[in-house]
Amino acid sequence: MPLPLPNRFDRVCKILDDHDRNPAHLIPILQAVQDEYRYLPEEIMVYVATSLGLPPARVYGVATFYSHFALEPRGKYIIRLCDGTACHVKASIPILEALQRRLDLTPQRKTTPDLRFTLETVSCLGACGLAPVLVINEEVYGQVTPARAIELVEALIAKESPHVTANA
Amino acid sequence: MTPALPGQLLIDGKSVAIEGERNLLELIRKAGIELPTFCYHSELSVYGACRLCLVQVEGRGILPACSTPPETGLSIRTATEEIRQIRRLIVELLLAQHHSQCPTCGKSGGCQLQSLARRLGVDSVRFKPVPRLPTPDRSTPSLVRDTSKCILCGDCVRYCAEVQGIGAIDFAYRGAQSAVVPAFNKPLSDVECVLCGQCAAICPTGALTPRSELPEVWKVLDDPTRHVVVQLAPAVRVALGEQFGLEPGTVTTGQIVAALKALGFAEVYDTAFAADLTVIEEAEEFLKRKGGGGSLPQFSSCCPAWVKFAEQYYPDLLPHLSTCRSPQQMLGSLVKATLPARLKIDRQNLVMVSIMPCTAKKFEARRPEFKTNDQPDVDFVLTTQELARMIEERGLSFTRLEPASMDMPFGFKTGAGVIFGSSGGVSEAVLRYALEKVPGVKGDAIEFQETRGDAERRVVTVACGDQQLTLVIVSGLRKAREVAEEIKSGALKADFIEVMACPGGCVGGAGQPLSRSSEARRKRSRGLYDTDRMLELHKAQDNHLVNRCYQEVLHAPGSHEAHDLLHTVYHSRRRINQENLRLSDSPPTQPVTVRICVGTSCYLRGAQELLRDVNRFVTDRQLAERVDVRATFCLEACDRGPTVRINEKILHRADLGQVIKSIEDILEVLTPLPAGST
Repeated sequence: MPLPLPNRFDRVCKILDDHDRNPAHLIPILQAVQDEYRYLPEEIMVYVATSLGLPPARVYGVATFYSHFALEPRGKYIIRLCDGTACHVKASIPILEALQRRLDLTPQRKTTPDLRFTLETVSCLGACGLAPVLVINEEVYGQVTPARAIELVEALIAKESPHVTANA
Repeated sequence: MTPALPGQLLIDGKSVAIEGERNLLELIRKAGIELPTFCYHSELSVYGACRLCLVQVEGRGILPACSTPPETGLSIRTATEEIRQIRRLIVELLLAQHHSQCPTCGKSGGCQLQSLARRLGVDSVRFKPVPRLPTPDRSTPSLVRDTSKCILCGDCVRYCAEVQGIGAIDFAYRGAQSAVVPAFNKPLSDVECVLCGQCAAICPTGALTPRSELPEVWKVLDDPTRHVVVQLAPAVRVALGEQFGLEPGTVTTGQIVAALKALGFAEVYDTAFAADLTVIEEAEEFLKRKGGGGSLPQFSSCCPAWVKFAEQYYPDLLPHLSTCRSPQQMLGSLVKATLPARLKIDRQNLVMVSIMPCTAKKFEARRPEFKTNDQPDVDFVLTTQELARMIEERGLSFTRLEPASMDMPFGFKTGAGVIFGSSGGVSEAVLRYALEKVPGVKGDAIEFQETRGDAERRVVTVACGDQQLTLVIVSGLRKAREVAEEIKSGALKADFIEVMACPGGCVGGAGQPLSRSSEARRKRSRGLYDTDRMLELHKAQDNHLVNRCYQEVLHAPGSHEAHDLLHTVYHSRRRINQENLRLSDSPPTQPVTVRICVGTSCYLRGAQELLRDVNRFVTDRQLAERVDVRATFCLEACDRGPTVRINEKILHRADLGQVIKSIEDILEVLTPLPAGST
């Protein structure tokens, strides 16, 4: 379970204090904040900016430069499918399409409305020998097929909430 | 080729002495070669992005001149065939992504991309054009932001952060998506921009331009039912001539008045008249504060960008701001209050237009404080550039116009009002008044040379009877921030602080003709001080028409009438418009809403601890279903923080006990605790 919001805000304050509110630490601060919220909410970025004495436009610039930072809410399970050259050649796109169909997502809509899954492609995970590669949160899966990917997702859906029905 | 002597280097085979130049570019320009650049400005940090100043350095290859330090013995070539090709390619690539609309672009004629393309002989673009076409941002009355014309030189970003200390716009996104945008890509009106417009003045293309009100003004001028009057700010008269080939600083007041009459304005008034009035009101306010009746130091309040800046960043210093309206607004309210009766016309049909060197004045004229019965006191604000365009459009031959004079009574001024347009002018004008008013001080001094000068921050000490007055004069808002911080910490003691947002004061405003040199600014300033010398009167108190205005309308400085027409109030202002920070998971339908301000001032006063304790209280007592706690930015009472709003009730200097008591009081009334029913 993610922390309730009040506690998460407490954690943001602690993150800022741990970094002595030093503007030079903006990137590690944003990383830690994203760990709390799974993305960077706008109000929190403004709070971080004012706490560090930085213009909010600068924080927004940093947050939008790095693809690691998400500005939209993301799911509990972040599925990163590699679409680098090796994975692409080894047919990563059919995996992407299968996952999009199963989770009812599109290239624009990357996160399920219940905030359980986010599906993204990345350019290379540096594990080309295992192509095609899929990473769910921190777990890496190699030589994935569309069927295997669906299997992984089904397992997570089942584990997540036995009472959630298939149409959730 | 002769070898270079010590302390010298070779530029295109010619020996040039190194005399403290910071980089090769300065040295090359000193040698008379105008290398093209987009991103180099001597007052900003070196960015090295545009690559137009590339030069061939023997033995080292091709280097950007702006970021290469000069060294004895270097041999530099500035225009080899390879470099010429690189420069043209850069411009060609920029043009491929640029939304070229030159004939209809606001920067046309003053655009550096346009002039460099011509200068470098770029006569075709070989690449497929790929402009991005987002809708231009017209959210503010002062500026238009059109990123489809941006070449990413970053001049505006660095100016806003380095000179103005704000950083309202910055680079965002990456690669081909890169863009200069306000925080969260919001419209400019929703962020901390103070609308000084210096970004538009420095922007080499049409990506940032002052917003024009010309169509509206042409329309009222053509409407026979409207009586259109105009006021002319001091700084305009020493700059407008530049648009018609005259030297910066040339005083063209007579021609401008003639042009305004030819354009159809019924009366032409001088903002300097209202500046005389401002001097008297502001100096009287100062003397009253000095006599023990208010907060010192007193900050000037005639610069609208500075006022917005102070409202955003220094709400606790707002009691220090002079309550005087700016000259523009004083004249607006005075004219609208007195002219309808005198001319026997309906106030609704009286239109006040002002000609300003400034883009922030457009914002100021729209402030709700400066409306009477929902009608603005100043209806339209045109910049110097816009007036020049009107003159061109109307086909008037500006330099051949017979000079004309302003209309009375609001066209009469002393030199004190005229020098308002230069940084230091307000201080000097106030001194000319205040020193004469202090009992026992003989105030025959007119010129206070020490208030004049180029430094962005000047401290002037003047003997006044048996005491010393300390005046601080700043231009540029980063310097203003430094001064404000020092005043807050007590490191700086002063009596009067004059702040102008633009370097050099209004003469350097963003509505002025585009000029890439600070020399033009200095010449314009000199033009104002020369005008002061040539006028018969130099002290605001000697303006007999201002005095008559007091006899007939205002009665006395600081009177009730003066307060109605000439003074104003300030409000602390949120920097960014956005949602409050949600701190509880349940949807906000609880009967009690608690909003705790965590803005900078409240944070410093312990808002964060208070927030944590209130949250803990709500969790411990299991009140989450009934109490919705959120953090907010600025409840606009920063001087009395931490500020907490509980439903409609505002608590200042709040502590946990008060907050808990307020929550319990409301819960008690709403839903009596179910103690008896169980």
